Amino acid sequence: MSQDKITGAFRRRAFIKGAAAAGALQISAPFIRSAFAADTVKIGLCNPLTGTYAAVGKNELAGCKLALEQINAKGGILGQQAELLVEDSTSGDAGTAVQKSRKLIERDKINFLLGNVNSALALAQAQVSNEKGILHIVPGGHTDAITGATCHWNVFRICNTTQMEANAVAGQLIQNAGKKWYYITPDYAFGHTLQAGLEKAGAKLGGEKAGGDLTPLGTTDFSSYLIKAQAANPDVIIFLTQGDDMVNAIKQAVQFGLDKRLHIAGAQQELEALEGLPPEARIGTWVFEWYWNQPNVPHVAEFVDAVKKTTNRVPTARTWFGFASTWSCALAAEKAGSLEGVKMAKALEDMKLPPEVGLMPDQPYFRAGDHQLIGNLFVGSAQAQGKTEDDFFNVTQVVKGTEAAVSVEETGCKLTWPA
Amino acid sequence: MNPANRHLTLAGIWLVLLAMPYWLPFVGGYTELGSRVVVMALAAMALNFLLGFTGVLSFGHAAYFGLGAYAAGMTIKYLVPSTLLGILAGVVVGTLAAMLIGALIVRLRGVYFAMVTIAFGQVFYFITFRWNAVTGGDDGLTGWQRQPIDLGFTTIDILGNDKAFYYLVLLFFALAAGAMALILRSPFGRTLLAIRENERRARFLGIPVERHIWISFTISCCFVSLAGALYALLNNFTDPRALRWDQSGNFVIMAVLGGMRSFWGPLIGAAIFVALQDYVSSHTENWMSVIGLFFVLVVLFFPRGILGIRRRKEAS
Amino acid sequence: MTQLIIFNVFNGLIVGAFYALMALGLSLILNLSGVINFAHGGFLAIGAYLAYSLMPYIGFWGGLIVAPFLTAGLGLLVERVLIRRLYGRDPLYSLLLTFGLAYIFEDGTRFIWGAQSLPYQVPAILTTPLSTNLFFLTGYRVFMVVLVAVAVVALFLILNRTRLGMRIRAGTQDLETVSTLGVNIRVLRNLNFGLGIYLAGLAGVLAAGLLGLQPTIGTSLIMPSFVAIIVGGLGSLPGTLLGGLLIGIASGIATVFLPSATEAIMYVMMGVVLLIRPRGLLGEEGRLH
Repeated sequence: MSQDKITGAFRRRAFIKGAAAAGALQISAPFIRSAFAADTVKIGLCNPLTGTYAAVGKNELAGCKLALEQINAKGGILGQQAELLVEDSTSGDAGTAVQKSRKLIERDKINFLLGNVNSALALAQAQVSNEKGILHIVPGGHTDAITGATCHWNVFRICNTTQMEANAVAGQLIQNAGKKWYYITPDYAFGHTLQAGLEKAGAKLGGEKAGGDLTPLGTTDFSSYLIKAQAANPDVIIFLTQGDDMVNAIKQAVQFGLDKRLHIAGAQQELEALEGLPPEARIGTWVFEWYWNQPNVPHVAEFVDAVKKTTNRVPTARTWFGFASTWSCALAAEKAGSLEGVKMAKALEDMKLPPEVGLMPDQPYFRAGDHQLIGNLFVGSAQAQGKTEDDFFNVTQVVKGTEAAVSVEETGCKLTWPA
Repeated sequence: MNPANRHLTLAGIWLVLLAMPYWLPFVGGYTELGSRVVVMALAAMALNFLLGFTGVLSFGHAAYFGLGAYAAGMTIKYLVPSTLLGILAGVVVGTLAAMLIGALIVRLRGVYFAMVTIAFGQVFYFITFRWNAVTGGDDGLTGWQRQPIDLGFTTIDILGNDKAFYYLVLLFFALAAGAMALILRSPFGRTLLAIRENERRARFLGIPVERHIWISFTISCCFVSLAGALYALLNNFTDPRALRWDQSGNFVIMAVLGGMRSFWGPLIGAAIFVALQDYVSSHTENWMSVIGLFFVLVVLFFPRGILGIRRRKEAS
Repeated sequence: MTQLIIFNVFNGLIVGAFYALMALGLSLILNLSGVINFAHGGFLAIGAYLAYSLMPYIGFWGGLIVAPFLTAGLGLLVERVLIRRLYGRDPLYSLLLTFGLAYIFEDGTRFIWGAQSLPYQVPAILTTPLSTNLFFLTGYRVFMVVLVAVAVVALFLILNRTRLGMRIRAGTQDLETVSTLGVNIRVLRNLNFGLGIYLAGLAGVLAAGLLGLQPTIGTSLIMPSFVAIIVGGLGSLPGTLLGGLLIGIASGIATVFLPSATEAIMYVMMGVVLLIRPRGLLGEEGRLH
């Protein structure tokens, strides 16, 4: 073997040894870190930071961080400082989400679990948190099952169910857009339940279904679906897609000039999506779960300013989800006077969020029967430009959650508490 | 490697594996991470049976991994709540699929073979994605859990007890590894090596190359589907992403990283990859760049893998 | 119903043209260098983002011209530094390297431009629908097809009328001989890679106007490109073009009759082609290994 190759091999081995040593040092570091941080209250956030949901996931994280700051400034949770441990669940890999949840619970010994934007991952994580008896608050996972068919005693949810959103917006849809609806629905539980909810709510008001298509998550080209939709001659095409799919779909619909021939509308809409659209595509009737421009509601302006300072942008509904869910953890512990899962869960039932946390006209509260937060929903229309920058939504109607929500029996939730 | 060294290495590996739940927390790990490493190692070793020992690249092994996962989950959810039956179902479904598809694709080679494996992988991915009613679609298969194993005289609670589940996974890993080692040592296994080294010469010697590749493919997918079934049990969940081509890519990088020509290479590769991914993604949002960089560095500087370097040193 | 089918066929051609553009770049690189460029989607994203960043300074048209060249420049750099070392090795390695690069590009674009979807403004003259009946023939989509056609013709001219093109074609057949004839194959492969990436960058700028601009914009377009190459035939650029158009049309028709198979249909096509006629529709014999 030539001299060069031997020295090359030696250098490489030395490199590996060095890297291994450095790696070992790094890996042992968390152990040291957690030893020091043994006496903080730990909130674990397992949410997407990469992939399709990165944008909304990061906004939720920003909300969590702001809440944490405020909580610690007021003395922490039960006298101890609170710490936020963040793990990237990825936008769709349930294996990773479950693994990270377990890691947070077993290794890092969190007292609370928060997550997930992706409904499927939220369900998977809920199974883990339930197994381990950890209080779990879902900030932005919308599938109805979370507080419905697969509800758990330790799981609470901030954002609305799809049925609630459907009920809230159906009236304005009929009024503004017409009776014949064609659905473009994302092909997963969220989409299915939202469509089912709208069909039900719409039928009560005389709406009829002209047709529909299920589109897989991540569809980039909606042209063939839009062609079909147009051929069915509806009054309005209902876009239930979210995030990037929403942006793609509406962009293409407007490019086709469909907004001139029929209405474009839908149910859940988010500021993140509207920001991604060119101004001429910011149209339609939608429902927001929280909006930053609420001039008559106290404390909202302060919240908006605080978020602007740390993130350089206005808060979105997602920011508020993260904010409210983190605060709920602190409130649960304070009311229960303990960090024990069952006690905190019982304390959260029927608890109303204080105005500095609720940030909406009616005080939201966690319904005891299914652990769903019932607050307000904001129905309105997207607009290319408002009075201020980032004001892309014009709220025309604030719906009471109590009116939009269905009864606990209808959700199918039956809570069983540990013995 | 002389026999004494080999036995020592083997003993060392098994000692580390058996004691993993105990020493892992001291380095910032947790038992479930260990289980995940073993499952991935099994998948990577199964892939390497085809890649490193038969010389055929499949970039669609995740399809059979996913089939094993779904079969196991669906068995427990819809048919019989039994962990062992779930595993059996997973292996049977994955192996049958591999037998059928393998028969169709063995006459292709190289990049074509790789591409057609991706094609079938994607077809399965979209089937599980769209067939909502049965597979749960994009939301995955939820509402089921691994069941405690009832051996008649005692019940092993693999659901609540992470360590118990780890040892179950390790048991299956040992059985699979043992089987693969035996096969590779047999005349059949030797023939596979011959095909890897020089396919044309093997053909001239009268060896039915296609048939051997087909059997190798089936065996490889059989063990990968076992890994898939165990993965589903580990998460109490499975979703279409287990079937996607990026999952296949992960298996390949694990095999390459550890050393394709070595039997235990994929185990090392899997351990490093899983630990790295777990660690890096906890510390930075930009873990994708780190992992991507890792892929690049491995390919450029360690193409023979970690164990490949040792081999070269010995050969010189 | 017939109208629906016809609409979808036409629309499929438009979508397919776009796939074809992507696939041609990929095919160029694969044919000459034997490299499977999984990072092609990443280059597409970079092209799109560069155009977005340059827009305030040189506008849409400026971005359209400059961004693909910048992306190609990046491609030349990547080839020189990374890919070059993998020639002659198992294609497995180039697959893994570009796989890793794809991760880096996605994360890098997210890091630099953020995860938020960015609004990409297309000039107003392009956005008018050309007819109320054939509403899907928007100005922009027609523009896209025209541009793809121009690019294809330009590619054809480069390959058949220039010395570089002649060398590329010769190199695709027998690189070793070309080298012994005194051609610097290092530079040749480098330029060929750059050319392929130029097409990716161009596809990126076009995509930004059509789709939402976010870091994952390229990842969903990689697979259809591979399928287009396989269906059309490895080693054949006209085949790749045809493959792209076919899968565009197939997806469109599937939407009408079997919506759930819209994405899967291209893989089924790929599987069928590989099993019945492995060299692809227009592929050459002897390219199997």
